[in-house]
Amino acid sequence: MRYILRRLGFYLVAAWAAVTLNFFLPRLMPGDPATALFARFRGQLSPEAMEALRETFGLTEAPLVKQYLTYLGHILRGDMGISVAYFPSEVSGVIATGLLWTILIAGTAVVVSFAIGTTLGIIAASRRGGWLDNVLPSVLIFVGSFPYFWLAMVVLFIMGFTLRWFPLGHAYSDNLTPSLSLEFISSVLTHAFLPVATVVVATLGGWLLSMRNNMVSVLGSDYVNLARAKGLKPARVIMRYAARNALLPSVTGFGMALGYILGGSLLTEIVFSYPGQGYLLVQAVRNQDYPLMQGIFLMITLAVLGANLIIDVVYLWLDPRTREIGR
Amino acid sequence: MKTNSQETTASIWVEAIRKDRKATAGAIIIGIFLLIAIVGPFFVGDPHEPVGIPLQPPSRSHLLGTTGQGQDVLAQVVVGTRMSLAIGFCVGIIVVMVGALIGITAGFFGGWVDSVLSLLINVFLVIPGLPLAIVIAAYLPSGPLTLGLVLVITGWAWNARVLRAQTLSVRRRDFVAAAVVTGESSLRIVSREILPTMTSLIVAQIIGSTVYAIGAQVGLEFLGLGDVATVTWGTNLYWAQNDSALLMGAWWTFVPTGLCIALVGFGLTMLNSGFDEITNPRLRLERVWRAFLGGLGRPPEPSTPVVRIAE
Repeated sequence: MRYILRRLGFYLVAAWAAVTLNFFLPRLMPGDPATALFARFRGQLSPEAMEALRETFGLTEAPLVKQYLTYLGHILRGDMGISVAYFPSEVSGVIATGLLWTILIAGTAVVVSFAIGTTLGIIAASRRGGWLDNVLPSVLIFVGSFPYFWLAMVVLFIMGFTLRWFPLGHAYSDNLTPSLSLEFISSVLTHAFLPVATVVVATLGGWLLSMRNNMVSVLGSDYVNLARAKGLKPARVIMRYAARNALLPSVTGFGMALGYILGGSLLTEIVFSYPGQGYLLVQAVRNQDYPLMQGIFLMITLAVLGANLIIDVVYLWLDPRTREIGR
Repeated sequence: MKTNSQETTASIWVEAIRKDRKATAGAIIIGIFLLIAIVGPFFVGDPHEPVGIPLQPPSRSHLLGTTGQGQDVLAQVVVGTRMSLAIGFCVGIIVVMVGALIGITAGFFGGWVDSVLSLLINVFLVIPGLPLAIVIAAYLPSGPLTLGLVLVITGWAWNARVLRAQTLSVRRRDFVAAAVVTGESSLRIVSREILPTMTSLIVAQIIGSTVYAIGAQVGLEFLGLGDVATVTWGTNLYWAQNDSALLMGAWWTFVPTGLCIALVGFGLTMLNSGFDEITNPRLRLERVWRAFLGGLGRPPEPSTPVVRIAE
């Protein structure tokens, strides 16, 4: 329990750091941040609304400390201002529309890639010297050397443009309205297939290799030898004795990799014009929609922190040793 | 005397690379790209100038076809190599330097210094890099300097973490304790006693960070956050996407650049995994042992710990 509380404390500090970064970033800009930040609003907003917006970002004439406290207050209430590009929607509302799509794409891709990669890693380690052990890692590392979004472009070109097996972009067909019908769901699935597949293929090699290497070192340990000597079935030794323990470093790596994979999947969304956070973020950058941009950064960071906390809890459950330390 | 010892260090590295097949392959790939980066631009035309009809497929006059603005793709790829590699290697080195400064300081001094710096490292590790990079880059004026700064801010933490752990373990060794007792200054202990034991690790980190820097740089430029007027691998892909080359079937506008990025990344990774076997005696021993067993006609099974100790 103390372990979890300590981790929770760390994530709170990290969240505070992200929020603070968010506060100071606009002030890094050359010139007056408020003018630049709201330059695009001119003519769209009444002076009163403009003043309210300044207040939200703490960009008032007040001293910096007071500005910062005002800003923190607004963030705590979930008020992130108004989007320029999607005027007059609130930033939080705009983000909410994209969040589900990103979670669908990135979440599915991470879980599928982790499952397949780890399984292949176990097989590669248990049959060392086989083709799976010799050829596949090199091939996957080579594939992993391509930028995600470039792989996405190639996949889109071949499967979408040339072969016409999959749609060229967006989350579902234009002529459908979101509903729980079979037609809509199948449309969502066919649209999500290529983005997910790209990220899975790009990240598979990493999981395979780390699991294989962990397995190789665990398979050389004494307790695995003892299990073999007891005459247990090889499959049981591999799964129950070796793989369970070899999985632990991969789970830690899972949390670390999350932010990185998310970044890659954000870029992939852009290639597929997939309406998630990445697409919104780039639209925000292109339209100089600073409030939206900052809101998305904050949202993504908080999501990653939350996911890391969940992974810590899972780790606690997987590895009894951390429970001992926590006591 | 000094040049002599430097020469031998260099020759040890060259020898080590030559002995390992993976490292040799990696070194050759990187060598070719460095050559292209240095002399290539003199052999191709101006990458900015429109030289033909837009989106022409590869032909004899334009070996890799033309872009959506009628520029020569080959010229763009070759000229882009120079800028992308330059930024990649520079950022790779700076990222490791920043990481080393913070990581070694934390590991060496321990106590509250370590607590504060570790917290900083962990916070930067857990904040997703790309969104942060995008937000920072959007606020600063675009250009190579901004790009480099952003990549360093989002990339140093991993190196710092590894070097901190390494410093912690070296710090406990007897020879460091001896130097402390002798009354050597901290700076001297770090630079003369601790740093030399980490040379191979730092070289590996520079290579790894260069891979990161090239990838992240291409990603940011693809989003249009670099200077889109300069020719780099990232901006090539940005224009390919912007000109909807994909939907016109113009694969030649993005395939060559992507292949280059992947080859450089792959080459550097190969070089690194080769180094790993050189600097990690356990991996090397195991390979020698397996080759020996193979020579005796026995299947090279994974060696048990007992065998490893006996070796």
